[in-house]
Amino acid sequence: MDVINLLAGIEPGSGLDGIRSRRLQARDHAQKSYLALFEPADFGDFAAADRYALAAFVAAIHREPAASSFYFLKLAEVEDRPHWLAALKAEIERAETEGPYGAFPAGPLSAEDKAGLIYQVANENRRVVGGGLAAALEHAHLLIFHPRDATSAAVQALCEAGWSSDAIVTLSQLVAFLSFQIRTAAGLKILGLSLGRQTSDTAAAGEGAERNHG
Amino acid sequence: MANSVVVHSREHQPVVFTQEELGWLPWLEPLAEAELTERHWAALVDRSRAKSAYFRLLARDPEILEARTRTDKDIFYNTADGLPRAERELAAAATSRINGCLYCASVHARFASVHSKRRMDVQRMLDEGRGADLGARWNAIVRAAAALTSTPIAFAESHLQELRSVGLDDADIVDVINGAAFFNWANRLMLSLGEPTTLAGA
Repeated sequence: MDVINLLAGIEPGSGLDGIRSRRLQARDHAQKSYLALFEPADFGDFAAADRYALAAFVAAIHREPAASSFYFLKLAEVEDRPHWLAALKAEIERAETEGPYGAFPAGPLSAEDKAGLIYQVANENRRVVGGGLAAALEHAHLLIFHPRDATSAAVQALCEAGWSSDAIVTLSQLVAFLSFQIRTAAGLKILGLSLGRQTSDTAAAGEGAERNHG
Repeated sequence: MANSVVVHSREHQPVVFTQEELGWLPWLEPLAEAELTERHWAALVDRSRAKSAYFRLLARDPEILEARTRTDKDIFYNTADGLPRAERELAAAATSRINGCLYCASVHARFASVHSKRRMDVQRMLDEGRGADLGARWNAIVRAAAALTSTPIAFAESHLQELRSVGLDDADIVDVINGAAFFNWANRLMLSLGEPTTLAGA
């Protein structure tokens, strides 16, 4: 099952599926990227539950319901403690905002600096989800909404929360990949809806013409 | 502590968007070229990428690096059909401008200039951002990239209409979506794992 097609509502064999297949390598490797991050042979020291929780968080703060439901279902396969899921959902509500914002390097671009939410997990929820995942949620929020504010200190905070260098690379890829996957699906969905309307308009026009002949 | 970041001097930090060559300095130790196994070499796809600290850092997770690299190459370099290279690079550069990735913007603005021969227009986009007037066709591409770069995503039917009105067909539009979406991936890696420097050799 191609996840981008699923999220965008693209039917196999449809016109848009055909257009996507002109970039077959891109389509197949977007799917392989999903598999590498979410169904790897070896999860290493980045647990499945943490990966799916981060994905559910990232999709939800994009306010993309299809992606959010998809990753919450993945999460439910490995984590079913109600208080844990409630803590994650509470954090999603606390994390919502609009981006991109952030500061540019000091200089002529400073005129474009835009302030915004500096998100931190609430203490009561940090105790529930654990310090490692809490640090990753804060990092994911930084990357999604104000990536230009990223600093070496943010990476240092992950190191101090127990993240290895290998796992930080995978975490960065996971959040950054989701930014791509969710945007690709959202864009293709808009295009697919538009093509669907064109197809039904054409069909309606065709039926009208037939009736005229009749 | 098992690991910690590498801190660099800010002395050579770029402060404006440029088409000049920049360097990039990682905050975590990349793998050394001598440490690379066959799995890492396969993930790099092009052996020349082993010269880059960025790719040797990403090689710490070779599975996702390989899939990402092959996605990238098809979106930007498969020119059998679809949107001209220059305009895919414009979408990448505009996305990078809006997210604030000076390094990515420098590379892809340069590519957009090389392929379009419109260096001044590309520079205007870097200087003025999404509001720059680059002519109807480029304006439509930049606006679509900007809408796809917002969180929540602001891309809508009106963007499709504008892209169609300046001559893009559905396959071209898929290239715009792919290009802008892909740079939302690339920008977040380059911004969060290291920093740009005006020392191009770095």
